[in-house]
Amino acid sequence: MSAYLKNEPEGIAKFNRIGTVSNVLFNLMFIVLSLTAVLPVVFVFIISVSKESAIQEFGYRLIPREFSWAGYIYLIEQGGVLLRTLANSLVVTVSGTVIGVLLTALIGYALSRQDYKLQKFFSWVVFVPMIFNGGLVAQYVVNTQMLMLKNTVWALILPMCVTSFNVIVTKTFFRLTIPDSLIESAKIDGASQFGIFARIVLPLSLPVLATIGLFLTFAYWNDWWLSMLYIDDPNLYTLQYFLNKLMADITMLSKMAATGNASQLELLAQMPKESARMAVAMVIVIPIACAYPYFQKYFISGLTVGAVKG
Amino acid sequence: MTKVQTRAVKKRFWSKDDTELTVMALPSFIWYVLFCFIPMFGVILAFKDYRISGNFFKSMWDSAWVGINNFKFIFASPDIWMIIRNTLGYNAVFIVLNIVVPVILAIIISQLRSKRMGKIYQTAMFLPYFLSWVVISSLVWAFLSYERGLFNRMITDVGGEAVQWYMKKEFWPGFLVFMNLWKSLGYSMVIYLAAITGLDVSYYEAAVIDGASRLQQARFITVPLLKTVIILMFILAVGRIFYADFGLFYQVPRDSNTLYNQVYVIDVYVYKMLLNSTTGMASAAAALQAVVGCVTILTANWIVRKVDPESAMM
Repeated sequence: MSAYLKNEPEGIAKFNRIGTVSNVLFNLMFIVLSLTAVLPVVFVFIISVSKESAIQEFGYRLIPREFSWAGYIYLIEQGGVLLRTLANSLVVTVSGTVIGVLLTALIGYALSRQDYKLQKFFSWVVFVPMIFNGGLVAQYVVNTQMLMLKNTVWALILPMCVTSFNVIVTKTFFRLTIPDSLIESAKIDGASQFGIFARIVLPLSLPVLATIGLFLTFAYWNDWWLSMLYIDDPNLYTLQYFLNKLMADITMLSKMAATGNASQLELLAQMPKESARMAVAMVIVIPIACAYPYFQKYFISGLTVGAVKG
Repeated sequence: MTKVQTRAVKKRFWSKDDTELTVMALPSFIWYVLFCFIPMFGVILAFKDYRISGNFFKSMWDSAWVGINNFKFIFASPDIWMIIRNTLGYNAVFIVLNIVVPVILAIIISQLRSKRMGKIYQTAMFLPYFLSWVVISSLVWAFLSYERGLFNRMITDVGGEAVQWYMKKEFWPGFLVFMNLWKSLGYSMVIYLAAITGLDVSYYEAAVIDGASRLQQARFITVPLLKTVIILMFILAVGRIFYADFGLFYQVPRDSNTLYNQVYVIDVYVYKMLLNSTTGMASAAAALQAVVGCVTILTANWIVRKVDPESAMM
């Protein structure tokens, strides 16, 4: 099939190409589909750089009546709020990814050793949660009343750092790509399992670790669910949850940016609420939109690997 | 655990390697105990009138058993059938569309003459997959807001009357189906495309020599060869038919009370109950979902093993 995808196919492949008319029509269809996927994001960007008075008067427009960076400038001037939520998001994303990759790789390696005596037992430990879970209420009660995670940053990190899917992908990778002979010879040279893991397995497994790290990074950056469940303290808001709150109540921003002199009402009247709110959405989306085209292929390989049985 | 150990001991003694590997697996094991296995036993909450009286274990112990009363309450309310109908109904539509549309598009995109354009379309269509429902909710707001939304502005520009989109009941079922497809299309297309690019070219060459048209090739070669992947995706999705995408049903309609007949699915119901501190009913609904979900997943897996043993989970 790949022959069809080449620009200048030869022989039968050339004969078997689709007609020019259908090629044009199909291209048009995909252009429409691509625009449907991308335009809403562009539209929200346009709102974020529209002038507040124009939004108030004309509504959200695809072609803005007047440009203005006021929304972004306002966010920067308010500094504290945006910086705090941004810092929270970064801390959660980075530490969650690091902890998650480490835990996943460690148990994945143990599971990949066929002669390990608890291998069967731990395989079940990883497998059972894939088919049964205690349900939301039980998880909530355990996390808040036993582990006391409510209103701590750990509530945003721990509940999603390990997933059985990732563990199985990692285990499968270790088993398929790292030859037993390599590990055996290292053992004969007197290396401990820790040494083998750190010096042989990890360096050879960068592709799979990168893939899992990527999955986790996007999952943490995009998470609002854990905040919604466990966070009431505005100091721990992440960007996603901040935007969530802002969509429900546009005055959130001024409430959170309780500055000294000006009264609340006065602040509220002056601030570019609409554009600032969409600017927060853009602060979330722009890093993703810039990064994902480069990481796409790791995602695809990770997703298709998922079908491989461990 | 003891059983596993004794069996292992028969084979060979516990070695230094085993100790080291256990140390490595231990942190994740503790994680699994805390975040998966203890909550599993929390399912008994559904049979208790949970009252906080000190720490978790004490509260658990002290709370009175109420048998299946929590379940009786749920099934006494008329809402439950609407919620089950919504969850199953939406999921059924999602499952069909998430197979038919991406398979067709994947076949077409593999036929485009320009490989580069195909890649560009793929990348563009993949974008929504990486956006969270909170962000998507704000994108949707830009279109549907009553006062400023693009739709209403376009309607009023041509002299029409603005619509309260977030209260318009008949609009939402179709719109939610659209949003679900919008978010997942790029991703599912990529999965099928990966399968298509892996197919053997010689099938098509033989078909061309036999004079098969492009449509015939798609119908009699590509689709049959994709059958295993399609069946697999189908069954896996059916296994999760009792789980709904909370963000889609809660964030996108902005928790609108008017729409609750249209957007209440099990996950939203449980969350709302939890929010109102009606722990008993919430835990009963969650437990029900967990048990039924487990049954459907196991059944689905059993069928997968019949169809394609390689792809089964166990």
